[in-house]
Amino acid sequence: MSAPPPLRIRGLSVGYPSDHGAIQAVREVDLDVAAGEFLGIVGESGSGKTQLLLAILRLSAPHARLAGSIRYREQELLQLNVRALNQVRGNRISMVFQDPMTALNPYLRIGRQITEVLRVHRNVSGREAERRGIEMLESVHIPEGPRRMRQYPHELSGGMRQRVMIAMALIAEPEILLADEPSTALDVTVQAQILSLFQELRARTGTAIVLVTHDLGVIAEVADRVAVMYAGRIMEQAPIHELFAHPRHPYTEALQQSIPRIDAPRPTHLASIGGAPPNAAALPAGCAFAPRCIYRMPICESIDPPLIEAAPGHWKACHHQGPLGKLRSEAA
Amino acid sequence: MNSALPIRALDSGSAGAGADAADALLTVRQLSVNYRVAYRRGHALLRAVNAVSFDLARGETLGLVGESGSGKSTIARALLRLVPTASGVALFHGTDLLQLSGARLQAMRRHLQLIFQDPLASLDPRMNIGDILGEPLRVFEPRLSRPQRLQRVLDMTRAVGLGSEHLHRFAHEFSGGQAQRIGIARALIIEPELIVCDEPLSALDVSIKSQISNLLKDLQRRLQLSLLFISHDLASVRFSCDRVLVLYLGRVMEIAGCDALFKSCRHPYTRALIRAAPIPDPVAARARRTAPLEGEIPSPLFAPSGCVFRTRCPMAIDRCTREVPLLRLVGDSQVACHRAEEVGE
Repeated sequence: MSAPPPLRIRGLSVGYPSDHGAIQAVREVDLDVAAGEFLGIVGESGSGKTQLLLAILRLSAPHARLAGSIRYREQELLQLNVRALNQVRGNRISMVFQDPMTALNPYLRIGRQITEVLRVHRNVSGREAERRGIEMLESVHIPEGPRRMRQYPHELSGGMRQRVMIAMALIAEPEILLADEPSTALDVTVQAQILSLFQELRARTGTAIVLVTHDLGVIAEVADRVAVMYAGRIMEQAPIHELFAHPRHPYTEALQQSIPRIDAPRPTHLASIGGAPPNAAALPAGCAFAPRCIYRMPICESIDPPLIEAAPGHWKACHHQGPLGKLRSEAA
Repeated sequence: MNSALPIRALDSGSAGAGADAADALLTVRQLSVNYRVAYRRGHALLRAVNAVSFDLARGETLGLVGESGSGKSTIARALLRLVPTASGVALFHGTDLLQLSGARLQAMRRHLQLIFQDPLASLDPRMNIGDILGEPLRVFEPRLSRPQRLQRVLDMTRAVGLGSEHLHRFAHEFSGGQAQRIGIARALIIEPELIVCDEPLSALDVSIKSQISNLLKDLQRRLQLSLLFISHDLASVRFSCDRVLVLYLGRVMEIAGCDALFKSCRHPYTRALIRAAPIPDPVAARARRTAPLEGEIPSPLFAPSGCVFRTRCPMAIDRCTREVPLLRLVGDSQVACHRAEEVGE
């Protein structure tokens, strides 16, 4: 038997009260993060993927309503007080944000920001922290460590700043790294550098990585396992090759088919999903994807399908039982 | 059109940039745009676009690709006369767009329209959609009667997949995808010949992107539009474009037909861009694993001597430091690289 996953999320919901009714940002999410795995979470804007990550570290906005359970090893993160929570944040579970310019403090030198975690959590001497900081910069391929440690964020390029963020997140050797669109603001060649850095660091340190992105292509490059989110729910979850070879949710299939590729014959038309994602304050009854789904049945409009294990390790939330493939034949 | 002579004359000085300049709707030669920027205690000259030449044929879609800072949006703005140009010509129907002013420039604008990246930000929040679409007609076709104008607005609305029920609504009532449809309708309603699309898809969600890609392609074919399609997303460019121009630090690296470019590009930068573009298929993505290009695009204030790409180029040699590579024909590409022969597969 393999060890139990260090992070177990059950029935997690994140809601925000608003004048137009409660906004259901995350709905009943069940998700495990196994030791050392590379998990990709893919979804469009408003799908709840960022809200899910923020909730894990209890970084949701103050008026958010969280329900369900997030267990990290023996601790229930939703019950921890701030003090205990801070023992987890940055130390056991850390986070890399989309925009490194707003996530770094413009007034503080890189060295101080990188080593803060060590000084707070590890009680190391200044000299030791400095040494580890330089070592960490080296491991994210930033040369001239001693000089960089004394620089301010604005003196670094975008890609370099994101490397600093990653160095900061990894310096305490966390068990899990959460990354929210870490390469989206970067140019494509720099994105490739950052993705390959994630893979290299994971292989070396054994840190599990949870990467949130809107780009199925990025997921295909790096993830071991994928969760597809739509309107706050996980619609499908499977090992990477299984998900791409045999998608079982119509939304996954549609996403896959609608992306143009640089390596396949040029289609005259892209498959497309009609309509637009629903408003999180006014979700339809039943399955949230039903209004756009080409496999829709009467039951889809009344009952929200539960996430069930359709094949070993392959979960889907869909009433449709037969094979997919309608989209491909329609596009052809 | 009496434009054939000056174009030939211009071509003799530089490497030709297009297949047949005489058939071109738009002929750009040696276009340069400089910005004066504050630097240290004085000013410095930032060369945003440096001697760029290309042709755009009638009914053709030309992609402009490159990373941020490569000058793709600046080229578009220069052609639309939204930024001053340092030098160059841009012949459109035999008239140099860069020399026009006053009423003649205003009259020319109806033939050149722009589709913006952020569809919601580019629609006036206080006008309803009917008024937004009617305005270009009021300006450029003032002789239309009100019913004629309404009919044109309605026809255009339907052509982009919206209906008459949308005409009385305001921009904030629309989703990003619908707003981009309106942006497209507004650009097309006065029947322009040349449309510049500046990252028209990148603000849209995945499931909406394909709808708008398909719409643009359909309209382009049906109306025989000529498009300049600016994008950093190579896969979208490949789907939408007939030819592609690759830019780096304001200079043309390569121009080629879309199929040729993706099959056998001739510039190391193009090759790096193609290799860095994610493939939404784990088997294919992992099979091609290659080391990513190192470093980042330098500041255009400190562009390297010789070939501007040489500081990141895995194939750079001494000559690349000394000599700016000229655009020349290698295989199916116009390419600016001393070692282009060694790049193709």
